[in-house]
Amino acid sequence: MNPQKENVKTSAPKPRKKKIQFSKFYPDFLIERDWDKCIKCKICIRECTYEAHGWDKKRETLTEDHSKCVGCHRCEAMCPTGAITIKRHPSAFREHDTWKPWFIKNVYKQADTGGVLLAATGCAVPFRNYWDHLVLDACQVTNPPIDPLREPMELRTYLGPKPDKLEVTLEDDKFHLQTKVGPWIKLEVPIMFAAMSYGAISLHVHQGLARAAKELGTLYNTGEGGLHASLYEYGSNTIVQCASGRFGLHVDYLNAGVAIEIKIGQGAKPGIGGHLPGEKVTEEISKTRMIPVGSDAISPAPHHDIYSIEDLRGLIYALKEATEYKKLVFVKIAAVHNAPAIASGIVRAGADVVVLDGLRGGTGAAPTMFRDYVGIPIELALAAVDERLRQEGIRNQASLVVSGGIRCSADVVKAIALGADAVYIGTPALIAVGCTMCGRCFTGKCPWGIATNNPDLIKRLDPDTAFEKIYNLVHGWAHEIQELLGAMGLNSIESLRGNRDKLRAVGLNEVELRILGVKHAGE
Amino acid sequence: MEILIPNKEQAGCGLSGIINRKGELIKGEVIIESICCQMERGNGLGAGYAAYGIYPEFAEYYCLHVMADTKQALKDVEEILAHKCYLVHQERIPTRATPGIVSPPRFRRYFVKPRYEGEIREICEGTVDEDDYMVELVMYINKNVSGAYVISSGRNMGAFKGVGFPDQIANFFRLEEYSAYIWTAHNRFPTNTPGWWGGAHPFTILDWSIVHNGEISSYGTNRRYLEMFGYHCTLLTDTEVVAYLLDLLIRRHGLPIELACMALAPPFWQEIDRMEEPEKSVCTAIRAVYGAAMLNGPFAILFAYNGGLVGLNDRVKLRPLVAAKKGDFYYMASEEAAIRAICPDPEEVWCPKAGEPVIVELEPHTIPNQRSYLRGEPLRISAPICRFPLAEAEEEEE
Repeated sequence: MNPQKENVKTSAPKPRKKKIQFSKFYPDFLIERDWDKCIKCKICIRECTYEAHGWDKKRETLTEDHSKCVGCHRCEAMCPTGAITIKRHPSAFREHDTWKPWFIKNVYKQADTGGVLLAATGCAVPFRNYWDHLVLDACQVTNPPIDPLREPMELRTYLGPKPDKLEVTLEDDKFHLQTKVGPWIKLEVPIMFAAMSYGAISLHVHQGLARAAKELGTLYNTGEGGLHASLYEYGSNTIVQCASGRFGLHVDYLNAGVAIEIKIGQGAKPGIGGHLPGEKVTEEISKTRMIPVGSDAISPAPHHDIYSIEDLRGLIYALKEATEYKKLVFVKIAAVHNAPAIASGIVRAGADVVVLDGLRGGTGAAPTMFRDYVGIPIELALAAVDERLRQEGIRNQASLVVSGGIRCSADVVKAIALGADAVYIGTPALIAVGCTMCGRCFTGKCPWGIATNNPDLIKRLDPDTAFEKIYNLVHGWAHEIQELLGAMGLNSIESLRGNRDKLRAVGLNEVELRILGVKHAGE
Repeated sequence: MEILIPNKEQAGCGLSGIINRKGELIKGEVIIESICCQMERGNGLGAGYAAYGIYPEFAEYYCLHVMADTKQALKDVEEILAHKCYLVHQERIPTRATPGIVSPPRFRRYFVKPRYEGEIREICEGTVDEDDYMVELVMYINKNVSGAYVISSGRNMGAFKGVGFPDQIANFFRLEEYSAYIWTAHNRFPTNTPGWWGGAHPFTILDWSIVHNGEISSYGTNRRYLEMFGYHCTLLTDTEVVAYLLDLLIRRHGLPIELACMALAPPFWQEIDRMEEPEKSVCTAIRAVYGAAMLNGPFAILFAYNGGLVGLNDRVKLRPLVAAKKGDFYYMASEEAAIRAICPDPEEVWCPKAGEPVIVELEPHTIPNQRSYLRGEPLRISAPICRFPLAEAEEEEE
């Protein structure tokens, strides 16, 4: 029993607010404390950055404000006696299939504030997830499955434009390459870390990503927030981003990595720019981004030097000139209705790699309406773009990287089978370092020390732990990909690329099958 | 034509091939005996032969072997040919009623030359461009004429194939009446693709012919890669892609045959990482650029063109392939027994290593229009390279 409850009525009435706040009445989560286990050590109070836990001095007991709980589970995880459980608040509205609590509460919030609904993570609407309707093939009898623990199983991937054909000459009884190839980027595993800026996430996470990328033989992406001085040493595993805000962008930065990514759009918020609230702009961030401390870092919706495809070409070649054609230029777009035609234009504009970020792509802050309802699922966009580039005979002129909603190694395999060269993962890397998807990244109060720059909070996640967890995750996925490849009788990832025969769909309609270029199971 | 769906689940096909380097003609009985020795490797759902040097009187003309379900389909093909080609001769392919061969389709052969329209005529006629013209024409017929398929389209060569055991198919097409300087033969045990007349091996395009034992797990990737270059896979089987890949890599892209074989069955990255330059960058580029041409999965293939015969295994050798030599004769087959059945005392017998091609070309200037793809276009050396297990290991370019 909660001894506290007896006294609730007697506590002093709070001063009445001027205006009634309906949104405070119905909390999302319930903090349940087992008083038999609680030792009143107050760790929960220290750990909770949202002040959901409190201390009543008079009665010398713990209090909780359910309306402040965001469901991050930090207190539950840190409680030494396991006394805390975070639950969905059981308080329920009358059932209504149209007016679900989500919509009711959102209306309250906007009625209270008059603002734009803000959210993080990726699309939360249960649109059909095509990964979950695709199944993979395996060998039985007519061809033998291959065991990756006993035989070579190759995941190496080269990103960059490939010529239509190679020419060689014979000299001294040896073949010499005549065709000029490259620069190419070698990936030992076709999984890269998606753009997450320093500022949006902590320096420790960036350090962990950079080290993991180096150890795994892959790349991480700086995001649009510049590159911290301590990370220049990981240059050979770095993609630097050039977004519409051009934060922290100078010639050394452009030359620091092996590729430059022009960010046109992001799957979580196609059509709008980024916003880093001033609260997150600390001294170090200010130096890296080259903006004043405490100022909001607002990226405009368009690049103000790109109002057409020929302008994009201009920027691509400006960046190539600035880096003496030694770096690959990626162009990242959000997957939108007309993605195939746009991607084709991007390839023809000279991009070396096209990045497609789907509807379910993650973010640290996006207007909820954009996060949930703008853009199309990556599976469909990928299938359509790959097919379009092949029809135009330019698929080899650029590599195709996809992101947005990849949750496990099977998703990676399916993406490659649909035609991707490699994938970006963002959210899985953050979950690997403790993120619980509470979706409050934009507050700067991340209790797990991930999406914050508060010097006290970032200590909660040290770079070594971040590195180890991220490395382990991708290492595990890579092994699973090898096993799945071996089961399909393939010993090299390039034989899976675009191999839609290895996929079958379960429960999709004919239009979906046509777009995906996949047969239904049983066919 | 019936499409028979196999109900057995077991893999295995038999291959056999012979070449005489001096272009001496070999009677049909020889190859029939060799392939029939491997009867257990098939199940009566497909067999076929490719023969080179069988039409010397029309050696300058492309010979189209057309298989058709109906008279109408043949008419449709003839309509197209009338527009697109000069036709010098046409006839039924002689066949005989054979016990066990049920409802065979019609077979006709047409000896043609491309017929260019308008101004390009002067530019293209008589040049290598004619090959592209023929490829397009074959693709067009296979894709657009329902019930008719061009099963071979090379000069002075032909493919004969169908549903049956190899002895039945040989009897049906009266193959003992032909003599050729290269023969390949196939005995089929279809599993993953239907057993039908068009699906039997060899698969051909121009004078490329392929017989194949195995399953190409990378088929989806290969097929979509080829589609980018205008090849359409219409015959419902994975082997077709090999024919088109060879045509693309060797004839159109001009890769030396050694490098084309490397693209199909490349070395592992761990081997490439240990290589010296310039090999390393050649191999890396081959894998990066021609990754979609890699044949993944278990296979042993024999492929022939008018100037040579090549045997190739997959990169981990999951299917058998044996080679042998006696004088000017070279033999390749799934089993040594198939070679010894027709050559009891070979000088040498060896098993080629995984991914290591055995390339045997005719001696230079043996036949008119002889093709030679060894060692690249500019410095073409017509001497044969025949890879022995030890003797010429240093010859390898991989």
